[in-house]
Amino acid sequence: MINIEGLSKRYGSTTVVDAVSMSIASGSITVIVGTSGSGKSTLLRMINRLVEPTTGRVLIDGADTSLTPAHLLRRRIGYVIQGHGLFPHRTVAENIATVPRLLGWERSRVAARVEELLRVFQLESASFGRKFPHQLSGGEQQRVGVARALAAEPALLLMDEPFGALDPVIRGKAQDDLLDIQRRFGTTIVLVTHDMDEAFRLGDCVAVMKQGRVLQHDRPGVLLTRPADPFVTRLSGTADRALKLLSLTTAGELAEPGPTEKRTVAAAASLREVLSDLIWSGADAATVLNPDGSSAGRLTVARLLAHGRQG
Amino acid sequence: MPRASTILRVAAIVLLVAFLGAPQRFAPLFAPLTEYGAPPIYDQGDLLSLALAHLGTVFVAAAASTLVAVGLGILVTRSRGAQFLSLSRTLANIGQTFPPVAVLAVAVPLVGFGQTPTLIALFAYGLLPILENTIAGLQGCPPAVIEAANGMGMSARQRLLAVELPLAMPLILEGVRLSLVINVGTATIGSTVAAKGLGEVIIAGLLSNNTAFVLQGGLLTGLMAILIYDAMVTLERRLLRTVPA
Repeated sequence: MINIEGLSKRYGSTTVVDAVSMSIASGSITVIVGTSGSGKSTLLRMINRLVEPTTGRVLIDGADTSLTPAHLLRRRIGYVIQGHGLFPHRTVAENIATVPRLLGWERSRVAARVEELLRVFQLESASFGRKFPHQLSGGEQQRVGVARALAAEPALLLMDEPFGALDPVIRGKAQDDLLDIQRRFGTTIVLVTHDMDEAFRLGDCVAVMKQGRVLQHDRPGVLLTRPADPFVTRLSGTADRALKLLSLTTAGELAEPGPTEKRTVAAAASLREVLSDLIWSGADAATVLNPDGSSAGRLTVARLLAHGRQG
Repeated sequence: MPRASTILRVAAIVLLVAFLGAPQRFAPLFAPLTEYGAPPIYDQGDLLSLALAHLGTVFVAAAASTLVAVGLGILVTRSRGAQFLSLSRTLANIGQTFPPVAVLAVAVPLVGFGQTPTLIALFAYGLLPILENTIAGLQGCPPAVIEAANGMGMSARQRLLAVELPLAMPLILEGVRLSLVINVGTATIGSTVAAKGLGEVIIAGLLSNNTAFVLQGGLLTGLMAILIYDAMVTLERRLLRTVPA
């Protein structure tokens, strides 16, 4: 649990972050979204004290972060930045081992952890750990950056525009991987982005920032159906908000009992994907299949349309 | 290409060692340059020990320059020392602008004749390239890498030792190389104030109108400068293999 209490940052007469208070649940993904200059990166960087707050405080599991020396605090918090920031003179394995070494882990434990992370991030091959960052593709560099941040098993991971430098195809894969990793390790993630689609795709909660203030901090569906400010509506976009709303729910969640259909969709697919599939195929309904192949029920076009009409 | 450079390198080393080991063997080569039966090979001292003394002076001065310049470069690129950045640059520039001969002239009355005034002159002369390259190297570290080092929880000292200095190392070594090569040549003037070195041979040649002495003093100095340059480039390349530019 992270509690941000009345956090402000002022540079001279300029207020970059203005009295922000919010709570972040453990094991959740919170996305802070806003235009450039909204103070979202500064807010993130005050959590690990790369920026010292002017007023206010941050509590992690009840402990005031200002009471720990900043560099010791940061060893317990993962940190990923845009353009990865890998150490160019160190190999992939050495990069990943950075924080465990700072923490003084035994050599064998460090090696085992590096190996585990290379496997989890699908970077394993006999030679991969010995490569240097400039020998990797953009997607690989980004994965190594995340692996390095998770190396010391932090309970909290901060990410500042982590996918900003990736092309759309690799970005989609990286986002999926992040969701997998988050489920696997149960890490609390706070991620900053200017991309609302990314916010909706990743966030359990989304905080919208403008001029240093948090305008709304809620679940993505609520941001769409009950925006607290016209700026929130503008940022989410109105042209495709029904489809955005559908994309937040999976087929498995909305499936209802009924006769078996010819057309089948996966339970993990979003309603948006199901609707698209039904439009494409011309079918009126589809059977929702669990990963094990059993039926989770069915979905009709009418039910999908009704769900998107909620707003 | 690498083969040609290897042959040249080996040839230069063989030539240097052969000449210093048995200079008299080269007497017939230098004889045409002498007049009135003057000795073709320097005979007022052992060439090998002069060369070693010469190198010793250069390396001691370069070591001192490196220590001071790198230390100063680190200091003025920290936030605490940033205010001294332009001052240190000015000082190093003065050291470079002030001719070593003039430094010798000022230093001799203060510290007497011999090795010391030469060391002072070479030290001052060699500071600038190392300082400038250290500053450039440290300031040239990518901001994202510094940000990551801070974000990982490195202390300022850990960041300097584990990230900034290794990344700046190629440039720092380049500065040391420049400084060394300049000073191999400059050290010859030390002989005007009685420092042991190859300058002695050149000056003896000039005094006695013996072109052979001047030429062999100059050739030996040049060969050493080339070999030092070459060795430093090789060292830098080896480091560059792990530190991409």
